[in-house]
Amino acid sequence: MKSIYGCIRGLLLAACCVTLAWAQSSTEEAIAEYRAMFGDENPAELWQIRGEELWTTPRGPKNVALAGCDLGLGAGIVTGAYAQLPRWFEDTQRVQDLESRLVSCLTDLQGLDEAELLKSRFGDGAKKSDLEALTAYIVAASRGHTMSVSIAHPAAQAAYDLGHGVFYYRAGPHDFSCATCHGESGKRIRLQVLPKLLDPVGARYAYTSWPGYRVSQGELRTMEWRLQDCFRQQRLPQLRYGSEVAIGLTMFLAKNAEGGIMTAPNITR
Amino acid sequence: MRNMNLRKLPFLALVLGVLLHFEVVADGMRDTVVAAMEASFEAKKQATMDRLDQDETQTLCTQHAAGILPSAVAERIMTLNRATIRPPPDGQYLGDWKGGELIAQTGTGFQSSDDPTKPAGGNCYACHELSGSEIAFGTIGPSLRYYGKVRGTSPTTLAAAWAKLYNSNAHMPCSNMPRFGHRGILTDQQLKDLMALLFDPASPVNQ
Ligand code: HEC
Repeated sequence: MKSIYGCIRGLLLAACCVTLAWAQSSTEEAIAEYRAMFGDENPAELWQIRGEELWTTPRGPKNVALAGCDLGLGAGIVTGAYAQLPRWFEDTQRVQDLESRLVSCLTDLQGLDEAELLKSRFGDGAKKSDLEALTAYIVAASRGHTMSVSIAHPAAQAAYDLGHGVFYYRAGPHDFSCATCHGESGKRIRLQVLPKLLDPVGARYAYTSWPGYRVSQGELRTMEWRLQDCFRQQRLPQLRYGSEVAIGLTMFLAKNAEGGIMTAPNITR
Repeated sequence: MRNMNLRKLPFLALVLGVLLHFEVVADGMRDTVVAAMEASFEAKKQATMDRLDQDETQTLCTQHAAGILPSAVAERIMTLNRATIRPPPDGQYLGDWKGGELIAQTGTGFQSSDDPTKPAGGNCYACHELSGSEIAFGTIGPSLRYYGKVRGTSPTTLAAAWAKLYNSNAHMPCSNMPRFGHRGILTDQQLKDLMALLFDPASPVNQ
């Protein structure tokens, strides 16, 4: 029974891809179609389920679960936490996005090795990423929540300003900045629609639908992944995970998306 | 006359002070951004750390990106970039449009994930409409459909198009288009092939 469903789904997906190659006029339509194809079955759920297990199971040299991990709303609270990140954390004296916060919890509370964690920060087939799974679980717990990020702390304001500055930073052989590709609305690269990330509409559209299960990669990808991949297209060196620039840009996008309703993890191209 | 100027002095000083203050704030932000960039990246294959360094054009374009480009700055950028343009040494502007179509279709080159021994593409279709048969084109740049058919192939028209491909900032400061010749992204031969894609009557662009 299950395999018949799988077969039908595969056929539908293939049909969908053919349709796509033929005459798809916009990515949004394509994504809507992908989502319809999968129906209620969002493959991101596999990551969410594994993430929940990782969150609740005692692990690491200290053999504790993550009940003590404070994502900003109090120890162990995941519901709604992502919609208020990044934020200033007193204990680490840093502004952190979800992913860098998770690294702090996994290393400080569970005693896991940071270098080891970062080696598998982005999953690749059989090599699974714990950070991606945990991110999927925590983001899903903010579905339906309204983006509301505070920049009241001076360090949070500074992160936002840095993100704003980096957005316009032109460099590399091609002179690209984020603004080259995301500075105007209604533009496309090939057939991919590019949201204007400076405006609430574009920022909300983009931010609230990440992380996502990428059909083209068969992997769930987070905002840290998205940013480092856009920098790759910009021909710049490798963005460091949890770096000042990664967090600044995330703060800039999250704040611009203020008022948007979280729908992630979603299915993306 | 003298007195009036003197009376205006405090006002002028105030204006100057405000302007200088903005410059300082902007400069402070630039230093912050540069330092954060240096601290937030690591070299990966061909994408080395010097890619973060800005030339004068990139610095000026970043500084004025969020506002209107002052005309003196626009002049400075165009002067700097005009000086870099080298016409083809043999005076031949047109290569092979088939090679040009391939270069226009190719999006790889200079990314950390690309093979540095392979020639880079121009990725023209990412931003422009060219041949009628390619429907997957972007809209960041204008349509180039029937480019040569509409404009003809007079020597000035060819030289202007070459200049545009070689260094877009020579006539359009802070253009979104890469400076393909000046920055060494494409070779003279590749640029000639793209010129043929634009101007050859047999090219699909003009069909
Ligand atoms: C060379 C063009 C280019 C540059 C430069 C670029 N991006 Fe992108 N970006 C894209 C494309 C193309 C997509 C869509 C990718 C896809 O759907 O596969 C995208 C997608 C995104 C998304 C997700 C949008 C969505 O709707 O899912 C975000 C967020 C983003 N970029 C942020 C940035 C930031 C921040 C920068 C600067 C560091 C940047 N981009 C630089 C081309 C670019």
